[in-house]
Amino acid sequence: MNAALATDSLPDTRWAPPKGVVGMSCLIIAESAIFTIFVVAYLYYLGKDLGGPTPRQVLELPILNSICLLSSSATITFAVRALRKGDAKRFGLWWAITIALGAYFLLGTGWEWRHLIRDKGLTIRTNLFGTTFYSLVGLHASHVVVGLLALLIVMAFSITGSLKQEHADRAHVLSLYWHFVDAVWVIVFTVVYIIGR
Amino acid sequence: MNGTVNTDAISGAPSRLSNAAVDKNVFDHVHSWLVTVDHKKLGLMYIMYGLLFFVVGGIEACLIRIQLAVPNNHFLPPQVFNQFFTMHGTTMVFFVGMPLIFGFANYLVPLMIGARDLAFPRLNAFGFWLTVFGGLLLYFSYIGGDGMSGAGSAPDVGWFAYAPLTARAFSKGHSTDYWILGILVSGLGSIATAANVVTTILCMRCRGMTLTKMPLLAWMNLIMCGMVLIAVSPLTAAQIMLLLDRFVGSHFFDTQDGGSAVLWMHFFWIFGHPEVYILVIPAFAIASEVIPVFSRKAIFGYPVMVGATLAIAFVSLSVWAHHMFTIGMTSTSNTFFAVSTMMVGIPTGIKIFNWLGTMWGGKLRFDTPMLFSIAFLFQFLIAGLTGIMLGAAPFDWQLNDSYFVIAHFHYVLVGSIVFMIFAGIYYWFPKATGRLLSERLGKWHFWLFLIGFHMTFDTMHIPGVLGMPRRIYTYEANRGWGTLNLICSLGAAVQAIGTVFLILNILISLRKGRLAGNDPWDAWTLEWSTTSPPPEYNFAEIPTVKSRRPLWDIKHPTDPDWKYE
Repeated sequence: MNAALATDSLPDTRWAPPKGVVGMSCLIIAESAIFTIFVVAYLYYLGKDLGGPTPRQVLELPILNSICLLSSSATITFAVRALRKGDAKRFGLWWAITIALGAYFLLGTGWEWRHLIRDKGLTIRTNLFGTTFYSLVGLHASHVVVGLLALLIVMAFSITGSLKQEHADRAHVLSLYWHFVDAVWVIVFTVVYIIGR
Repeated sequence: MNGTVNTDAISGAPSRLSNAAVDKNVFDHVHSWLVTVDHKKLGLMYIMYGLLFFVVGGIEACLIRIQLAVPNNHFLPPQVFNQFFTMHGTTMVFFVGMPLIFGFANYLVPLMIGARDLAFPRLNAFGFWLTVFGGLLLYFSYIGGDGMSGAGSAPDVGWFAYAPLTARAFSKGHSTDYWILGILVSGLGSIATAANVVTTILCMRCRGMTLTKMPLLAWMNLIMCGMVLIAVSPLTAAQIMLLLDRFVGSHFFDTQDGGSAVLWMHFFWIFGHPEVYILVIPAFAIASEVIPVFSRKAIFGYPVMVGATLAIAFVSLSVWAHHMFTIGMTSTSNTFFAVSTMMVGIPTGIKIFNWLGTMWGGKLRFDTPMLFSIAFLFQFLIAGLTGIMLGAAPFDWQLNDSYFVIAHFHYVLVGSIVFMIFAGIYYWFPKATGRLLSERLGKWHFWLFLIGFHMTFDTMHIPGVLGMPRRIYTYEANRGWGTLNLICSLGAAVQAIGTVFLILNILISLRKGRLAGNDPWDAWTLEWSTTSPPPEYNFAEIPTVKSRRPLWDIKHPTDPDWKYE
C-alpha cells in the first residue's frame, strides 16, 4: 500500500521552514503571552499604590545596562555569522562578548535591586509598585539567566572544539531566543522606566 | 499493548520484523513505555492517563450527585463537598480534557500527515511527564495539603479559584499551593507539546501534502495548538503571580493593599474561555474525520471548515468577560462581550451545517463512532443555543452561577467533547491495537451514556431557571428542586454504568476483539495505509499524496479525488 502511494511521486518542490526556527517561534509566542500579562498588570496597577515609594522617587534609567543588553543582540549575530563561515575562533570571541554583555546586564539589575531594597526600602511586599516592578523585571531577568546558561553551554562546546560549522543553525535558533529576551527588554524599559516614571 | 507491539523496529525497514518482543519480560515492557519517545506510545499513555482521571473525576461527580440527590442531605460534609467540586472541575479540564486531546493529537497527527514522529520526540516525552507530574501534584494535596497549620487537605477554592479565596488568610495550609503548582506544571507541558505539534505540522508533512490537502484533523489540531500557545500562557503568568502572593507576600490579588480581585478574574478567563475551544476544536477534528467516513462522502466544504475553525479561534480570544457580566462592568464592555460571544455562533453554525451537508445524501453507516458523532451534532447544537442565551448579558444576570450554567457547559464538555472522545476511541482503537472494539458492548455504552447524559443535563437546566445556585452543599425541601435533582443524580448513575461498559469493552476487546486489519472502516486518510498497530517508524516508505483522500485515490484509480480538487 505504501509502495502504491509512492509510485507516481511528485517532484519535491515543497519548502518547509526549519524545525528549530518554528519550535523557537512557538516558544516565543507563548512567552510573549506571559510577558503581556505581566505588563498589563504593571500598567493596570500604575499609580494605584496605597503608599510609597513611587517609581519617580526611586527609579533611575538603566542606560548603560540597556546598551549592553541590546548590543549583545548584534554580537550574537556576528558570532552566528562567523560560525556559518566556519570561523570557530571568531565565533568564540563574539560569543564570549555576548555572554559578558548579558552578565553585565544581570549584574546591573542586581545592583539596581540592591540599591532599591537597601537604600530605598522597596521590596516586593512594600506596595503595588514593588509587587509589579520586581515580578516584571525579575521575570525578564530570569529569562536572561536561562539565556546565559544556554550560551555558556554552547561556549563550553566551543572551547572544547566540538562546535562545528554544521551547528550554525542550532546556534541561530538559540540566538532567536536571545533576540527575544532583548526585545522584551525594550518593552519592559519603555513600560517601567519611561511610561511608568 | 497486545503483546505483538514491536519495539525493536528499525527506521526504514521494509516490514515489521522479528519476535524480539516475545523474549522480553514484563519489566522490559514497562521500561520501554517509561523511556519511550515514540509519539504513538506517548499518545496512548496520554489517553490512558486521561481515561484514568476521567474515572477519578467521574467518581467525584457521582459523590457530588449523591449529596445533591435529596434535600437536606448530609452524605458529605460541606468542606468535602467544596473539595470535590473543585477537584472534579480541575481534574476534568486539566487532567482529562487536555491529556485526551493531546493524546489524540500525538497519536494521529504524524500518522495522518505521513511523518514518522513529532518534530521533537524528547520534548514530547518531557511534555507528557510534566502533565503526569502536574496531576500527581494536584492529588498529592490529599496527603500533603495539611501543611503546617493542619487546615484543609484538598483545594476547595473552585476550579477558577477567585481571589480572595486563594489568599493565605482564607486558604491555609498547602492545598491551594498544590492546585497552583499542578496546573502550572501541566500547563508548561501543554505549551511544550503544542509547540511540538505546530512544528510537526508546519515542517514534516509528506510529499504532496500541501496545507490545503491536509486532513481536517491536522488543521484543527494546528489551530488548537496555536491557541494553547496564546491562551494557556496567561494562566501560567497568573499562577506565577498567585504563587508570589502566597509565598513572598506580593499584592497582585490582595485587595487589602490595593490589589484587584477582578484582575484575577480577567486573567483567569483570558485563559478560561479559549480553553473551552482548545478542548472542543479537537472534538470537531474527530467529527470531521468520522462523519465523512461513515457517510461514505468527502467532507462538505473543506475550506470553509478550516476558515470557520480559524474564525472560532480568533473570536474566542475576545469573549472571556462574558463569564463576568455580574461583576458590574461598564455597559460598553457588557455590549462588546455579549456581541463577540454571539459572533462565535456564526462559524460554529457553519460547521454544523457542513457536517449535516456531509451526511446529506450519504450512505450512512451506524457504527458506534458514528452514533456518538450524531449525538454530538444535536447536543453541540443545544449547547450552542444555551450559550447564546447566556451570552445575552441581562439573561446572564439572572442565571449566572445557577445550575443553568452548569447544564450549559456540561452540554459542551460532556455532550460534545466526551462524546467525540468516545467516538475517537471507537474509531481509532483498531488502528492502535489491531483489534476492533465490540459493537455490541459499544452500543450498550452509547445508549446508556446517551440516556444518562440527557437525564442529568437536560433536567439540570430547570433547577437553574428555578434559581438553584451552583456550588451549594444542600438545599431545603420546600424549594421544589428535589425531584429534578434526583433525576439528575439517577442520570449520573446511568452514565457511570455506561462508562463501565466502555472499560469492559476495552479490556475484553484487547484480548478477544475481532482482528482489524489495516483499514477496518474503509477510510481515506494515511493512518489507515499502514499496519494496525503501526510499526515504530509508521511508514516503511514516506507516502506521497495528491489529494485530501489519498486512500480513495488508491482504491479508485479510475476516479481519483485529485481530478476534482
